[in-house]
Amino acid sequence: MRLSRRSQWFLRAGVGLTLAFIYIPLLVILIYAFNAGKTLSWPPDGLTLDWFGKAVDNSGARDAFVTSIKAATAATLIAIVLGTLASLAVSRFRFFGRETISFLVLIPIALPGIVTGLAINDTFTQILGVDLSLFTVIVGHATFCIVLVYNNVVARLRRVSTSLEEASADLGADPWQTFRRVTFPSMRTALVAGALLAFALSFDEIIVTRFTIGADLETLPIWIYNNLFRSNQLPIVNVVAVIVIVISVIPVYFANKLSQDVGGGGGRAGGAKPEPVAAESTAVP
Amino acid sequence: MGRRLADLFHGRPRLQVGTLLAGPVGWLVIGYLGSLVIILITAFWGVNALSGELERNFTLDNFQTIVEEPVYRTIAGRTIAIAALVTVTDALLAFPIAFYMAKVASNRMKSVLVVAVLLPLWSSYLVKVYAWRTILSSGGILNEVLDPFGINGPGYGNVAVWLVMSYLWLPFMIIPIYAGLQRIPDSVISASEDLGASPWTTFRRVILPLAFPAVVAGSIFTFSLTLGDYITPALVSNNQFIGNVVYANIVNNQPLASAFVMVPVAVMIIYLLIARKLGAFEHL
Repeated sequence: MRLSRRSQWFLRAGVGLTLAFIYIPLLVILIYAFNAGKTLSWPPDGLTLDWFGKAVDNSGARDAFVTSIKAATAATLIAIVLGTLASLAVSRFRFFGRETISFLVLIPIALPGIVTGLAINDTFTQILGVDLSLFTVIVGHATFCIVLVYNNVVARLRRVSTSLEEASADLGADPWQTFRRVTFPSMRTALVAGALLAFALSFDEIIVTRFTIGADLETLPIWIYNNLFRSNQLPIVNVVAVIVIVISVIPVYFANKLSQDVGGGGGRAGGAKPEPVAAESTAVP
Repeated sequence: MGRRLADLFHGRPRLQVGTLLAGPVGWLVIGYLGSLVIILITAFWGVNALSGELERNFTLDNFQTIVEEPVYRTIAGRTIAIAALVTVTDALLAFPIAFYMAKVASNRMKSVLVVAVLLPLWSSYLVKVYAWRTILSSGGILNEVLDPFGINGPGYGNVAVWLVMSYLWLPFMIIPIYAGLQRIPDSVISASEDLGASPWTTFRRVILPLAFPAVVAGSIFTFSLTLGDYITPALVSNNQFIGNVVYANIVNNQPLASAFVMVPVAVMIIYLLIARKLGAFEHL
């Protein structure tokens, strides 16, 4: 679009301000993690690395970290299996209700978090008589993580032509062999990307988690939540906060890379149109 | 064994689809949609006032409470009003950067900006709220920065909730608008320019109408996420939102919590129906 120099300048300034708005709060937390003082007043009293050691030594934070890893790993594995199955059905078969599947996997994440949280809590505690535990957390997380695997794999399978699979079948391979030797290799990176996003989402989820977790358990976000009202714990909370950011951002970065490197989109119109994985599955924390 | 299984599936596409879908559809329909039905049913149950035990008899008491008690009306109204404000704010903030990304930036710059917008979308939600709690605190950075000008920051309260939620959900608005603007062919814009339209006219008469469904798509997220958030209000205000009431009642009065959660469910259903009419679903 043709824009006057002045409009371009205004637009650039707007972009800069928006990016500053997005990043300054993250920067502030990063600085506080090195804060020598114990209060949150600005500016920090000095810089130190002490709190990192103390955070690692904190048994509550460590236990919560392990719980989060367990929950995210299990939820991701379930999401991989269910998301892959659904995406194979939708992209390789025609059947009644095919269009509704994409909507179905989206509902748990499109509805407000309190709805999903209460629904799972209610079903387990009031109807099934099951106490809340790590298991119920995993069920909740898996439910809203399916869409991440599903969307990524469906997007990939849509781009990969079915002719290779047909050739494989014509050459006498059974469906399982075709899947293992032909389909799976072509969707592998999309699957990994979806799984990384699912892990990142599960790792820092709190809204649904608080509805579904057992009374004596804490995930890392819940540990942060429970400790940020205690002023003597704040320095450790700041450090844990930075660790959580890093752990949730790294998988996303790699997921993004994975879906850009591969994808067989050589001759797409427009050439360098970026197709970031998370944009295909605009999802919700 | 494997051979036999393969023979069984051979030439039976229905059986193949059924096997693929049994797990995911079972999980989501029986498990998830089933539990949504269960909260709908629970909303019509009661709780014994003395023992606190659940009473599984049909009653409209919970809905009556929600409609008649002014406090619940206020909370529902506040939540929906903030959701609307956040949505409008995010649409206004997101459009310039999305436009720059889609129509002005070079391809290289484009991919850098997409990552720059996406990464914070995924970095811990709670940590971002916490960051704002420190920024807005009385001795915090915002008050320090504004102090020389003789201004005070908003402190904790409704303004803080509006500000923090607009911050949190901004990337969810930027990405769909960016994708929507990407879809507008440059030739359409050139045609408008060649026919003598000023940039402002082109924007108002060509770009905005074409991008509007994408804005609505983004607003589904900003609206739904605001309705479902009870952590932000707890950290940067003393005010109750729908989620706070629901969470506070899960142990002692699940029927009331279930009835109250029907408010955001109803709002979202209406919102989604309107959004579909406006063509937003193609931009999700």
